[in-house]
Amino acid sequence: MGKELRDTIKDITHRHLKKFKSQVFGQNLTGVGWVAGTLPKLFEKDGVIELPMADVAGGGIVTGSALMGKRPIYIIRYQGYNWFNCIFIVNYACKSNEIWRMPCPIMIRGIASEGSIGPVAGSAHISIVYKMPGLKIFSPMTNKEYINTYKKFIKSKDVFYISEHRHSYSNTSEFKNDIIGKKDIILMPISVTRFEAEKAKNELQQKGFKVGIIHLVNLKPFEIKQSWVKAIKKSKFGVLMTDNDYKDGILRVLAHKVYEKTNKNVSVIGLKDKSAGHHRKVDNLPPNKNDIVQMVKSIIKKK
Amino acid sequence: MKKNFTLTVFEKASVCRHFENEVFKRVSNREINFPVYLSAGQEYAPATIAGIVERKKIKPLIFGQHRGHSIYLSFGGNIVKLIKELKGKKDGCTYGMGGSLSIHSNEINMFGHDGFMGSNACIGTGACFSSKKPTIIFIGDAALEEDYVLASLSWVSKKKLPILFVVDDNNYAVLTKKDDRRDWKAKELAKAFKITSFDLKDDPKKIYNNINKYLFKKPMLINIHTNRIFWHAGAGKDKEKIFDRYLQQKKLLGKRGEIIDKKIGKKIKLLWEKS
Repeated sequence: MGKELRDTIKDITHRHLKKFKSQVFGQNLTGVGWVAGTLPKLFEKDGVIELPMADVAGGGIVTGSALMGKRPIYIIRYQGYNWFNCIFIVNYACKSNEIWRMPCPIMIRGIASEGSIGPVAGSAHISIVYKMPGLKIFSPMTNKEYINTYKKFIKSKDVFYISEHRHSYSNTSEFKNDIIGKKDIILMPISVTRFEAEKAKNELQQKGFKVGIIHLVNLKPFEIKQSWVKAIKKSKFGVLMTDNDYKDGILRVLAHKVYEKTNKNVSVIGLKDKSAGHHRKVDNLPPNKNDIVQMVKSIIKKK
Repeated sequence: MKKNFTLTVFEKASVCRHFENEVFKRVSNREINFPVYLSAGQEYAPATIAGIVERKKIKPLIFGQHRGHSIYLSFGGNIVKLIKELKGKKDGCTYGMGGSLSIHSNEINMFGHDGFMGSNACIGTGACFSSKKPTIIFIGDAALEEDYVLASLSWVSKKKLPILFVVDDNNYAVLTKKDDRRDWKAKELAKAFKITSFDLKDDPKKIYNNINKYLFKKPMLINIHTNRIFWHAGAGKDKEKIFDRYLQQKKLLGKRGEIIDKKIGKKIKLLWEKS
């Protein structure tokens, strides 16, 4: 049994606090499972700071800490809270280096989750901050991806938004891209949909479809590798991108960028354009394996 | 309070007043054609507080917002760099990016402002919390109404941070008067958060006597009543007749006041012409 992602995040946080005398800010950190086991059991004297329940002010307080060179980590328990928590992050911290030549690096851990928790606490909500300059966005779902992202943060002067997902915390394995040979279609999944996209790929392959996959971690800046462009251009039916944010957000933006580079059809499947209710029957969930399989089949059929 | 302190504060206020008068001219003739927020009439608040921290040999972190020319100048910001900033030049104090609203200066520890009124309250609080450095946060009477400012006051009190909140109370939110917006006073609000607070006129002697002893030893809020001489933004006057602290202090200082006023006026005019 390999190391779970939650333990990697916990170790990184511990080292970060010790090495840089840094601080971790957030609400309800020191209780309710220590952020699903991703936070070492430390307190204010060690740098783990319980913010007041004032969401907007909290983001400002973290920004002030970052201005003092603390490289703080800011935990946002549900990404829907970005609406309040990120106001001063995106309007001050992200602009600080460009306007005032005053670096203000913050590592935000925005946690997404799904299932019967309503329209705010459910799903990813990074689309609302995506457009802002000075912000880098990553969505690591594995140990290696998380470590690499953290290493980048340490060298950077920018604000990093790490879009996490609770489902990934127990993950022990790594993902691998598959773009070798001529594919019928290539999946480009984001966040938690990467787990379902892998399952969908296997099922489709068993049925005779040639399905490639490119796992998306670096969302902003979004670099499309030359090898990806070649594989997509070679594919018969283009790309299907999947996400656990609303499909008319970041997903459409990235899809357009892929289209610009490849001139191939790029379809998307994310959250439906509707509010999530709390009961399972009225929830708005990200695409699962079956949704992805169906979508691939319909794309291929249409063509 | 010694007489040389009164003079020091007057000199600072004089720099601010003449600077703003020069900006006023250039806004009127459209040489400066973006929104400026003039602080003439309100210069005695930052000038006095800057005088106090100078005497104590403290270099605090300063978080201002719009109408901040006088904050920058009172705390020793380079005059030429602010002129260049208002002219949009790259060697301005904020590299030509800040304009009038968002003045920043590494030299005097003054941090730029993003345009959200009162955001500097939370950001300054976080900076003070993480650095434990003495911090001054300048906000207006309107910014004090922002929910995140109230939350910041609460946390500052809980953490007993060495912060001085200065509420520059000119009675206006653009043109909406305080009485139309709320029924509480800044002093009462701060008291509810267990923060030592004062409600004062912009009389330097009163400001000195009230805050000098406990400055940065505990959280403090001082609401200073000032009179905005010019419009919220741009070149114009709200009222023709208004009490002017600067002119009152000049009169009190007699001939010395007149000499300083003239000398500084000439210097500022020249700097504007040369820069």
